[in-house]
Amino acid sequence: MRIVLKGRGDFEEWRDAARDLLRHGIAPQHVDWGLNQGLFEETPAMAGSIVPGRSLTVPKAFLDLAQAMICHSDPARFALAYRLLWRLQGERYLLEVPTDPDVARARRMEKSVRRDDHKMTAFVRFKEVVQDGPRRAFVAWFEPDHHIVARTAPFFQRRFTDMDWVIATPMGSCAWDGEALTCDDEPAAKPDLSDETDELWRTYFANIFNPARLKVKMMQTEMPKKYWKNLPEAELIPGLIGGAEQRVRDMADRMASETVPRFHERLQART
Amino acid sequence: MKKTLKQRLAILSDAAKYDASCASSGTSKRDSTKGGIGSTEGSGICHAYAPDGRCISLLKILMTNFCIYDCAYCINRSSSNVERARFSPEEVVWLTLEFYRRNYIEGLFLSSGIIRNSDYTMEQMVRIARDLRVKHGFNGYIHLKTIPEASAKLIEEAGLFADRLSINIELPTDAGVEKFAPQKHPKNIRRSMGELKTAIDEASEPTRTGRKKHFVPAGQSTQMIIGADAASDATVLGTSAGLYDSYRLRRVYYSAFSPIPDSSKNLPLIKPPLMREHRLYQADWLYRFYGFEIGEITAGRPGGMLDLQLDPKLAWALANRESFPVDVNRAEREMLLRVPGFGTKTVDAILVARAHRRLGLDDLGRLRVSVKKIKPFVVANGWTPVQLIDRVDLRDMFAPAPQQMELL
Repeated sequence: MRIVLKGRGDFEEWRDAARDLLRHGIAPQHVDWGLNQGLFEETPAMAGSIVPGRSLTVPKAFLDLAQAMICHSDPARFALAYRLLWRLQGERYLLEVPTDPDVARARRMEKSVRRDDHKMTAFVRFKEVVQDGPRRAFVAWFEPDHHIVARTAPFFQRRFTDMDWVIATPMGSCAWDGEALTCDDEPAAKPDLSDETDELWRTYFANIFNPARLKVKMMQTEMPKKYWKNLPEAELIPGLIGGAEQRVRDMADRMASETVPRFHERLQART
Repeated sequence: MKKTLKQRLAILSDAAKYDASCASSGTSKRDSTKGGIGSTEGSGICHAYAPDGRCISLLKILMTNFCIYDCAYCINRSSSNVERARFSPEEVVWLTLEFYRRNYIEGLFLSSGIIRNSDYTMEQMVRIARDLRVKHGFNGYIHLKTIPEASAKLIEEAGLFADRLSINIELPTDAGVEKFAPQKHPKNIRRSMGELKTAIDEASEPTRTGRKKHFVPAGQSTQMIIGADAASDATVLGTSAGLYDSYRLRRVYYSAFSPIPDSSKNLPLIKPPLMREHRLYQADWLYRFYGFEIGEITAGRPGGMLDLQLDPKLAWALANRESFPVDVNRAEREMLLRVPGFGTKTVDAILVARAHRRLGLDDLGRLRVSVKKIKPFVVANGWTPVQLIDRVDLRDMFAPAPQQMELL
């Protein structure tokens, strides 16, 4: 049985297909999950009869897990999620065995998606755009690893409720106008944006850095290079690293000055 | 000529970088669906990382770096020739909101040099927090560094607007503080912490209406400078444990003493002891989350100093080999937490999983544990490490290869 999905993070699309397969009693090894790559391919109607008496309840923990997995970019996600669903019908406590190979693999996918969610909340950078009317408007461009834009957008709605915004990505876009949050899964083009405040942000980034504590690997673990091209502050990084040693050496060479500021002398005189 | 906003931002963020904390987690959950701007959702967010590996979560700045105090370790001490600047309260509010709207930050961490007197300075800082909350409906995170000797009434007001308040203990011993920060008084710092703890406790008590008062929901924290004086790790950790227990601090931050421009001659001009700082954080974690007593971690360590080559949990295991191997299928949680290579999440996963299966090394590998690292310390299904734990070269198996010492 071949199932073809659009596969852009739409949980219901997978759920409907999985529910049908389960009702028809089709075992995971007989299902071939494919992606609709723009070609006109449709899933044929399911043959065979519905297996009676099959309950379709799943633990809530599975729903949370599957909703995250379905957003992963690994083509194997649909088959793995269906295998878990199939096994859960007999092994009700399966998800409580984190050492099970299927569960462990699913958890890794989930973790990767949640990390991507988190990095989106961290690394989206809004640029202000001119707009008529009382509300200010901002646009951001972000490049996620997985199909997470729609699941992460409500965070921005809760946080930036009083401004209009658009977050565009190669995996779909979301927009908020104070009334409705709208999302699509069409690839967007990178807009050409600039914002003067970025210069103040770069000033802050350069000055909060302590050259005596260089830990480049630590920085890159948390802020991998793939994000740098869309972060206004990242262009400063090579220069800050390159100049760090000299700055520390200069500090060491420069003895404390013999003279003290005048206001210090006045303070001393007061006490 | 008056310095531009950008020039002053450069000075006043440079002056703020010696405060280690940038946390924005653990506060009450808020959003702006009912008005205003901003949200806090439990876990903090690091919006950037500087090449020093530190998380940038907050706009961490000083209101001013003019200061009437002369603390030897501080870049802003009155006798330093560092360039001085000052923000108006409106400028701090504007920067916070504009940075926030562009998603650069989670909120503000505001500290200040002391101008005129403690109460005047604290009043200005409270005004900034109040304007953000009341005038601009800001629901993001606010951390205020309270000014030593500021009046209790001002601290109380600050607590209504801030998520976190902190006051730095500065150095691990009272003698150190008196030597390097002659105008600060350790007794008064502890009294402030005590008063704040009492106020937080009172605010968290249920009221008749059932509504809790919003008062410093992310609690209080402090910072200690490491390596400026001669205090040992045992002393540092003992001081921390005392602070955690007496004032229920959320965090004690350790800040490796770092050379500062125009440094005082009374201080060592050294490379900051970053590895030492790292080991102290690890030991601090063992105390707070792994059931270790400070005495166990530092027992038998020469001069009360932690092993720089091995993490303190591994060092403890090697010094207490008789406690191993630990059977992953039977041992209590407390003992599993002592296995080098098991974190708290791993231990929780083991406890859940072993109710259903007997666990072998391959199962542990699927929990993303380094099997190589834990093998000598555990018994698992199909695995007993009889000889390993008795090996005399066990330390060498873990210690990093020797490196050439680096000069400054």
